[in-house]
Amino acid sequence: MANLSLKKLTKAYGKTEVLHGIDLDIADGEFVVFVGPSGCGKSTSLRMIAGLEEITSGEVWIGDRMVNNMEPKDRDIAMVFQNYAIYPHMTVRRNIAFGLWTSSMSKADKNKRIEEVARILDMSDLLDRKPSQLSGGQRQRVAIGRAMVRHPAVFLFDEPLSNLDAQLRTQMRLEIKKLHQRVGNTIIFVTHDQVEAMTLADRIVIMKDGHIQQVGTPQEVFYKPANTFVAKFIGAPSMNLLQATSDDQGVRLLNGQKIMTGPRPGTDRNILLGVRPDDLSFDGGVPLVSGKISVCEPLGSEMLIYVNSSEGEIVAKVSSQSDAQVGDEVRLGASVDALHLFDGQSGAALDR
Amino acid sequence: MSIVSERVGNPATPPKATSDTVFAGRAPKQANMGQILRWLILFLGGLLMVAPIAYMISTSLKWPHEIYNVKLIPDEPHLENYTYVLEDGRFYLWFLNSIIIALITTVCNLFFDSLVGYTLCKFRFPGRYIVFIAILSTLMIPTEMLVIPWYMMSQAFGWLDSYWGIMFPGLMTAFGTFLMKQFFESVPDDFLEAARIDGLNEFQIWWKVAMPLVKPALAALAIFVFLGNWTAFLWPLIVTNSVEMYTVPVGLSSFGDEVDVAWELIATGAAISTLPTLIVFLIFQRFIIRGVVMAGLKG
Repeated sequence: MANLSLKKLTKAYGKTEVLHGIDLDIADGEFVVFVGPSGCGKSTSLRMIAGLEEITSGEVWIGDRMVNNMEPKDRDIAMVFQNYAIYPHMTVRRNIAFGLWTSSMSKADKNKRIEEVARILDMSDLLDRKPSQLSGGQRQRVAIGRAMVRHPAVFLFDEPLSNLDAQLRTQMRLEIKKLHQRVGNTIIFVTHDQVEAMTLADRIVIMKDGHIQQVGTPQEVFYKPANTFVAKFIGAPSMNLLQATSDDQGVRLLNGQKIMTGPRPGTDRNILLGVRPDDLSFDGGVPLVSGKISVCEPLGSEMLIYVNSSEGEIVAKVSSQSDAQVGDEVRLGASVDALHLFDGQSGAALDR
Repeated sequence: MSIVSERVGNPATPPKATSDTVFAGRAPKQANMGQILRWLILFLGGLLMVAPIAYMISTSLKWPHEIYNVKLIPDEPHLENYTYVLEDGRFYLWFLNSIIIALITTVCNLFFDSLVGYTLCKFRFPGRYIVFIAILSTLMIPTEMLVIPWYMMSQAFGWLDSYWGIMFPGLMTAFGTFLMKQFFESVPDDFLEAARIDGLNEFQIWWKVAMPLVKPALAALAIFVFLGNWTAFLWPLIVTNSVEMYTVPVGLSSFGDEVDVAWELIATGAAISTLPTLIVFLIFQRFIIRGVVMAGLKG
């Protein structure tokens, strides 16, 4: 196990820079998830840590060693790939044994290690099968087994659950979380799925266009998003953003309705008012928007309603017991404490 | 109906009447006509393929005076030609020469073509595209044009009338390199990167991970190269001088004399020499078929 540091890490393809000076410290045993939309640089960062992608500038430290110029095999890492990357012409046992290629252990010790991993991952009876005889979930477990058998300092997971169906993904997510609790290694996990990020991570790194937008615990990024991108990206459905103005009297919506009183930092400017769908209700707090329900989406115990208002389309999560129907005129409000303020230009979060 | 029950179906439920079954009275007849036509085309194609082989075997069973009689079944079939060819010690030598040359060339092609194909496919280096185009462009030069430079080269290096002389132009081919490069495109980079992290060096990654994944391509290449070398005539004829160095096709052409060609002996030798090609095909065809099936499944 080891801590990991990225210092001013950049990556450029020709003249196009795709990663712009990433700084990040990951503690020993921490489960960190890189999340962001396609092309944000999360996989590139992971591949640079693994040594599969050349570093343009900056440093990668694993433990007390700078690994920039080290071969992937010498970095004491193991990686699980999106499409499993288990060799189809080898049995499960040989696939896992491949993880010990550079090890100087005796054959008996290697076998012992393989069987221990198989036991932990509950696949002892699959060792003599070929990958074609395994289900998607079992294949993913083999891939994890091949990584585990090396006892690496850092595990790298590159979107390992994307190829699984929804049910299996939930199950494997739980297994990975349990595995981390059991082995306690440092894990860096890349995903574009914010639910995976929220459920797995000790800390989430949210990325966009090669920049880190925010690093924080799942609670921090959900309740205190650093900017509108994080606010919209984390949470499903996304946070509603309403245009507003701020002056020394307080915060008003564009229609002149006062939402908050008292001066705000950086007065006299346009701001964005964020409110999560979960925080909106028909009868709660400060009235924010009114309009006609255009769509109702029942989710079981809850229901999403989409309201066409003068502020644009607003989504709210209400109880499925509600008798709201398409076409109803409704008024939605939220507690002042649940509102988020963002700068109208930069999108950065403002103190309330 | 749920997706599952649609997929699985219910064996107890009779199929619903559809437009196909409503007009069932006419459908089978049309199908039969179509089927007959298909069989007829296949039969004619098969006949075209088999006829020369049948004629070769037929000729090998004929006496010299019957050669120009186009009857498929000889008047007096006999095995004297086989006895003559097999008792003539030279044939065994030519057969051995052909086997050695075809095998070594095949092994070398499998090794070098796939190594170069892999490198051109999986490594990024300046000039990669130019190298690939340069290799491909050699496909446009006919063998007849290359024979003279090859001969001069063989003479300069002292390779005339030797195995090395016969083999060297074909130890690596542009076609094989192109074929292997295209097949390596289908090997996901993740496999290679996983192996790189596991600690294999680049040669081991190629040999232990990439090569087993392109077995169908290797089988196809092995068949092409083996058959190509087994039947090669022009270059072995030019580069060899002594009867002991002849390959089977060159040796067979030497049956007869200045005024007459012993077609019955040539046909006999050719019939015997088709055996290794059949064996090679039987060994490798299952890989090719399996490759096609696998490709279909992965779709």
